[in-house]
Amino acid sequence: MAKLILSMEGVVLHEYPLDKERMTIGRKPHNDVVIDNLAVSGEHASIVTILNDSFLEDMDSTNGVMVNGVGIKKHFLQTNDVIEIGKYKLKYINEQQAPQATTEDFERTMVMRAPVKPQAGVPSASAAEASGMASVRTPPASPAPAATGLGAAPTPQAITPPPAQPASAQPAPQPRAAVPVGALQILSGPNAGRELDLVKSLTTLGKPGVQVAVLTRRPHGYFITHVEGANYPSLNGKVLNEQPHQLNNHDIIELAGIKMEFYLKD
Amino acid sequence: MNTQEALEIVSQTHSGMVRSHNEDSVVYDASCGLAVLADGMGGYNAGEVASGITISVMSTEIKHRLGSVRPEDKNESGEDVGVVLLRENVKKANAAIFNASQSQPQYAGMGTTVVSALFYDNRVAVAHVGDSRMYRLRGDSFETITRDHSLLQEQIDGGMISKQDARLSRNKNLVTRAVGIDAEVEVETHVHEVQVGDVYLLCSDGLNDMVEDEEIGTTLGMLKANLPLAAGQLIELANDNGGRDNVSVILVKINGDFAAPRGWLAKLLSWLKS
Repeated sequence: MAKLILSMEGVVLHEYPLDKERMTIGRKPHNDVVIDNLAVSGEHASIVTILNDSFLEDMDSTNGVMVNGVGIKKHFLQTNDVIEIGKYKLKYINEQQAPQATTEDFERTMVMRAPVKPQAGVPSASAAEASGMASVRTPPASPAPAATGLGAAPTPQAITPPPAQPASAQPAPQPRAAVPVGALQILSGPNAGRELDLVKSLTTLGKPGVQVAVLTRRPHGYFITHVEGANYPSLNGKVLNEQPHQLNNHDIIELAGIKMEFYLKD
Repeated sequence: MNTQEALEIVSQTHSGMVRSHNEDSVVYDASCGLAVLADGMGGYNAGEVASGITISVMSTEIKHRLGSVRPEDKNESGEDVGVVLLRENVKKANAAIFNASQSQPQYAGMGTTVVSALFYDNRVAVAHVGDSRMYRLRGDSFETITRDHSLLQEQIDGGMISKQDARLSRNKNLVTRAVGIDAEVEVETHVHEVQVGDVYLLCSDGLNDMVEDEEIGTTLGMLKANLPLAAGQLIELANDNGGRDNVSVILVKINGDFAAPRGWLAKLLSWLKS
């Protein structure tokens, strides 16, 4: 459960769990978080909590509310946010991990409704955990067909899912920050000498309708893939096929008669 | 042009980088203009069962019914028959899943989201339940044409949370409607005009939770000339960003006009051709 830690000049005064749907902060004694100081309005601010998300709102206070040094009227609280009211600080801590790091069980899509049967379909973490554990103990006997072609359609169009990556064998790759930035230098044609930094996840080269290739930036490097056109690009003098090819430093790409060099920037 | 010639449809599905099995199911058929994508939920294999029932009920039933009715016709209440077909068959799938979960204890509480599209007469009927989405790329504009049935969408609609902040929410995975968890289900349906050159994307939340809408749109815009590559690239983007959920996409590109034949001669010719 999320909580607020009240402090002044670095001294922790009190801790408040956000256990109500709506909590108020103010000087008057009926507030959930009472700060007895004249700089604080009678009802200064409120926090509405819906499941795991909390929203802070200034209730037209005289002296305003700051979050992380910025004045706000309304704010969606994130863990470690510091709410400042006068000389007081309230630190918001949400111990449920951020979406980035949540476990699989918390991420499972769940339906918000009353359960069909008491033991099943409860939209709570414990039910999700139970189902998660069940699936660990009982591996699926055979992978259910994830896609089906329709009857005897003229062209059978069943999709075969690519082989599943074993769940725990491979850690999720890091977001693409770790790749050194690549660039292209055009070596021939009217734009010879021009350079192009490949900062986006996709860069297309060529002329739509004639010949196009795409350069993709992935966590483990850059790849070139043919997109359209009767002619395929060549890499270091060798014509490519349909498959993506990884680019190495100083590879020479030739596309629609234009030569260019791929290189990695430091 | 019939839908078989006018529509180019491709699909890919992947279990992602974290999950060991795939609870998404997809089916499509250009000859009758149908695409259905379902994202199952429930412990065990129940999620796969629920999404599998949905796509099989919808594809079999709709294909069968299209042998005797025309989707562009109106029913007594003035609705396109195509819309009714989608809605009725989502409901049929709902009943099938609900009954299975009532009779088999290991399937208790299983359910699925669904997004389905039926293309006919230069239109598309869309029916959805839950947070599987349909997007449309038209020219430079890329937008969702379904609205999630989720807590987060309700919060966005209520002005509680901005679209930018929505990505930070910890309540992303709560849907307010699903197929198969109750005896009845409310299906949202719409009809949209279709233009030649449009690209439609049906996807499970494994894509849009991992990849920003803007990036999905850019990818489609750049790669629409090679639809299988575009589908593969979207899956790759989701997996490169962590791939925390199953990810499935169906792409439908409109390559030509597919107006329904009008007048008795046109109908006769089209009947002779088929």
